[in-house]
Amino acid sequence: MKPTRKYPLTLHVNGETYELEVKPQRTLLEVLRNELELTGTNEGCATGDCGACTVLLDGLPVTACLVLALDAHGRQVTTVEGLATAEELHPLQRAFVERGAIQCGYCTPGLIISAYALLQENPRPDEAAVRLAIAGNLCRCTGYTKVVEAVLAAAEAMYAGRSAPATSTQMADM
Amino acid sequence: MKGFEYYAPETLDAAVEILARYGEGAYPVAGGTDLIPKMRYGHVAPQAVVNLKRIPGLNRITSLENGGLHVGALVTLTQLSREALVRERYPVVAHIAGKMASAQVRNLATVGGNLCNAAPSADLAPPLIALDAEALIVGPEGERRVPLEHFFTGPGATVLGPGELLTAVLLPPPQPHTRAMYIKHAHREALDIAIVGVAALVRLAPGTATCQGARIVLGAVAPTPIRAREAEALLEGAPLTEEHIAEAGRLAAQAARPIDDVRGSAWYRRKMVDVLTRRAIAGTRGEGGDLT
Ligand SMILES: Cc1cc2nc3c(=O)[nH]c(=O)nc-3n(C[C@H](O)[C@H](O)[C@H](O)COP(=O)(O)OP(=O)(O)OC[C@H]3O[C@@H](n4cnc5c(N)ncnc54)[C@H](O)[C@@H]3O)c2cc1C
Ligand code: FES
Ligand code: FES
Repeated sequence: MKPTRKYPLTLHVNGETYELEVKPQRTLLEVLRNELELTGTNEGCATGDCGACTVLLDGLPVTACLVLALDAHGRQVTTVEGLATAEELHPLQRAFVERGAIQCGYCTPGLIISAYALLQENPRPDEAAVRLAIAGNLCRCTGYTKVVEAVLAAAEAMYAGRSAPATSTQMADM
Repeated sequence: MKGFEYYAPETLDAAVEILARYGEGAYPVAGGTDLIPKMRYGHVAPQAVVNLKRIPGLNRITSLENGGLHVGALVTLTQLSREALVRERYPVVAHIAGKMASAQVRNLATVGGNLCNAAPSADLAPPLIALDAEALIVGPEGERRVPLEHFFTGPGATVLGPGELLTAVLLPPPQPHTRAMYIKHAHREALDIAIVGVAALVRLAPGTATCQGARIVLGAVAPTPIRAREAEALLEGAPLTEEHIAEAGRLAAQAARPIDDVRGSAWYRRKMVDVLTRRAIAGTRGEGGDLT
């Protein structure tokens, strides 16, 4: 079989634009980790089941292991590296650390992104909404209780920290 | 994963032309949530992959003049679960779409992918068949419509020929006095494939408990989703009594042709068809049934 040719790819990741050349079979996850060296996003299963590879694609959480990198051409990607500033952790990250919601940490970047997407949409979720939002993120260590507590605590802190209160919208879970 | 030629056409015509040129060797990719794992496991090795996401219009939900709905093939499960038109007219569909897979997968997975992948367990198939949905297909010969009930030909197989694409699912206008319910039976609530899925739709004669029309559709218990026609016929014109509902459950279980696999035995599946059919029919009487 003839070697597969590479294709040009423009990716917008965490506010930076990258011009790349990639093989068509590369997934977004592989390109983020191997080409861009953004290794915060992890590979657990590579089949969509564990959520360790969760990133935002055009603002929505997706499993990057199921996305062909070329399908993300010209689209906006946010990884866990895009949340913290040089000085400060994101309130979600801080809450995970403070509440002991991290053990081995393998699932954490994916969980943080899923939780971040939830809070964007619903700044004041209840426990059920948090559990639903992270149902696609498997954690083998924490047992989830502390993760849920951390997300609720971060939501509280972020909400209190706002100058103008945002309107809370109900999640579309029915 | 093996290499392939990659295309991202911006018109339907271009997509059809590429697919027709490669024939069996070309695979469209929508959300990729079924295709990428299959490629990774080596179950399929496409010569060409055709990204459908750059074709404008395929991801829209629009109201039809007759009061029905046109659901583009590239509509994601997230869109389907949240769109007001779907929630109002066909809550049974919005409801299951919001429960499938996980949030991350629902943001990628499409209606067209769920149907074209043709897993016997595909969760959208039973409720859509119960609603008498049609598949809108475009190919080298032009456009055709196929009742969704006849769209599936076997596990992983559909009526789509080389170069053909599913472009939309057409839903007829919701009927009055009609309710539907889909019950997915799985080990876990999230991230799990149905062991058995049963959709029941019941239309009652106004002001009575007499069934005027019924659909009972079974998933994951035959090579394709199937209608339990004997059960439907029994219900039609009959009052929805406990006895009739129990008999419909028995007839539905007889219609099932389940297999043993990791999720459940054939014996268990058949038994659960009986139980879930009764529950789904009862559910349409109000206890948890979704209006359609
Ligand atoms: C973790 C996980 C959980 C899941 N949970 C569920 C679940 O609960 N219930 C369920 O039913 N499924 C589930 N699935 C399966 C899958 O997500 C769905 O079937 C999904 O809707 C597939 O859509 P897609 O757009 O990703 O399809 P793709 O993978 O893009 O395509 C699937 C197949 O259809 C073909 N195709 C796609 N679109 C078209 C088109 N318009 N015309 C012609 N051919 C086309 C492709 O070539 C491919 O062969 C799950 C998958 C994963 C990874
Ligand atoms: S690595 Fe993507 S879901 Fe597990
Ligand atoms: S902390 Fe180890 S997997 Fe979640």
